Amino acid sequence: MRKRIIPVLLVDHHRRLVKTIGFGPRTYVGDPFNVIRLFNEKEVDEICVLDIDASAQGGRPDLGFLRELASECFMPMAYGGGITAAQQCEELNRAGIEKFVLGRSAANTALVQDLARTFGSQATVACVDVTGSGDAPRRVVQTGHHSGAIDPLDCCRRLEDAGVGEIILQSVDRDGARTGYDLELIRSVAPNLSVPTVALGGAGEAIHLAQALRAGASAAASGSAFVFIGRLRAVLVNYPSMLQMDSLNASLS
Amino acid sequence: MITVVDYGVGNVGAILNMLDYLGIDAEASSDGQQIASASKLILPGVGAFDKAMLTLRERRLIDPLNTAVLERRVPVLGVCLGMQLLARCSEEGQEQGLGYVDAEVVRITVPPGSALKVPHIGWMEVNPTGRGRLFAATQAPERFYFDHSYHVVCTDQEDVSATFSYGAELCCAVERANVFGVQFHPEKSHRFGMRVLNTFGQLT
Repeated sequence: MRKRIIPVLLVDHHRRLVKTIGFGPRTYVGDPFNVIRLFNEKEVDEICVLDIDASAQGGRPDLGFLRELASECFMPMAYGGGITAAQQCEELNRAGIEKFVLGRSAANTALVQDLARTFGSQATVACVDVTGSGDAPRRVVQTGHHSGAIDPLDCCRRLEDAGVGEIILQSVDRDGARTGYDLELIRSVAPNLSVPTVALGGAGEAIHLAQALRAGASAAASGSAFVFIGRLRAVLVNYPSMLQMDSLNASLS
Repeated sequence: MITVVDYGVGNVGAILNMLDYLGIDAEASSDGQQIASASKLILPGVGAFDKAMLTLRERRLIDPLNTAVLERRVPVLGVCLGMQLLARCSEEGQEQGLGYVDAEVVRITVPPGSALKVPHIGWMEVNPTGRGRLFAATQAPERFYFDHSYHVVCTDQEDVSATFSYGAELCCAVERANVFGVQFHPEKSHRFGMRVLNTFGQLT
C-alpha cells in the first residue's frame, strides 16, 4: 500500500492562499489557481482545500470559486469549510470535488450519517483539531464533538462509529511550526482506528512526512512543507518526485 | 460523443473536466432517450449500491441503459461504484445490479492484525491481466487512485482485465465485449487516468 502525501491549501474569504501559525497569524502564500496548477503538474497524490473563514463567518462553500479550482484538478480533491448539509456536498461533487471535510459540523452525527449514506464513508472526512504538546495532555479543541469527547482517540472512535471514513488528525500547537508532527498523538490514535488517519500540523521537510507515516498515519498532510522553503519561509511550491516517493514508501516497509 | 449518465450519484463534474481537457466530446445526460441512443456511455457512481440502483430505477434509466448496452451494444465504462453496478448484486445491499457482468460485489476483508485499512484509499499500481482492450496499450506501470470499501468478484476470470494487491489479489477492472469497468478513479489519476479515458474514447 502506497502511503499518501497531501498538500493542504488554506484559503481565506478573499480567495487568497494563506498559511497560519498556531491557527493564528496568516502569511499570504499566493494565488490558489497558480499553486493548484503547479501541484497538478507535480502529480500530487491528493489535494485538500480548506476555507478557514467559511465556518467562522457563518458562510457556505464558495461554489463558483471551487468549481474553477477543481476544473483542472486531476487528482483527488477534498474540501472543507462551511459544510452543514448534504445538499452542499452534492453541489461540490458536481463541481468535481469528491471528499468532504467536516470540522465542527462533524459533531452533527445526523449530518455524518447522511453524508456516509449518500456519498459513502470514503467521501466523509472529519478534521479533529487537537491541542497540547510534550507531556501535556492532548485535548480535542472542538468540544462540540460527540457529547464533548475531549480525548483524541475517544473522539476519533466516535466519529468512526458515526460513519466517517477518514480522519484528519491535526495538531494545533504544531500548526505552521515546521518542526515535525506530534508523533505521540499519531501513535496514540492511528493504529487504534480501522479507518485511515491523515496526519496534519508541524511538517516542514520530507523527513517529517516519513516520521508521521512510520508512526502509523496512512497519509501525511502539510500546509507548510510544500509551499515554503528555508528558515525565512520563502514561498516555493515543491513536492517529492515519484522517485523520492518510491524510496519513501520503500523505507516504510 | 461520450454520454456521461447523470443520475445525481457520482462524480460527473470530475469526469467531464478530464474529458474536456483531453478534447473528447462529452455531455452529461439524465435523459432516457439520449442515454438509449448514446454512442458511448460512462456510468459514474459514488456512495451506496442500493441508493444508486434505486435512483437509476426511480429516474427510469435502467431500460435506456439496457437498450444501449445489451441491444445496441455500445461501449459502456462503469467507474468506481459505476463498475460495481455492472455486477449482478452486492453484499452492500439488497437491490439487483445491472447484471452486464457475471459478478458480485463483496466487502474488502483484510487479514486480522493487518495494517491495511478499509475503506481502501490511495494510489496503487495495477496489474493488467493481458485480457481486454482497455489495458492493451500499457507498458510502464500505471498507478491509479482508489477510494472504496467493496470490490467486484467475477465468476469468469476471463472478464478480469486488471487486478491490484490489497491483502489478496483483487479485481479492479472488468471487460466483457462492450462492457468495461474500473474500480479506481481515472478522472482523478493524472496522466494514467487520462490514458484510460483516451483509450476508452478511441474504442470503436
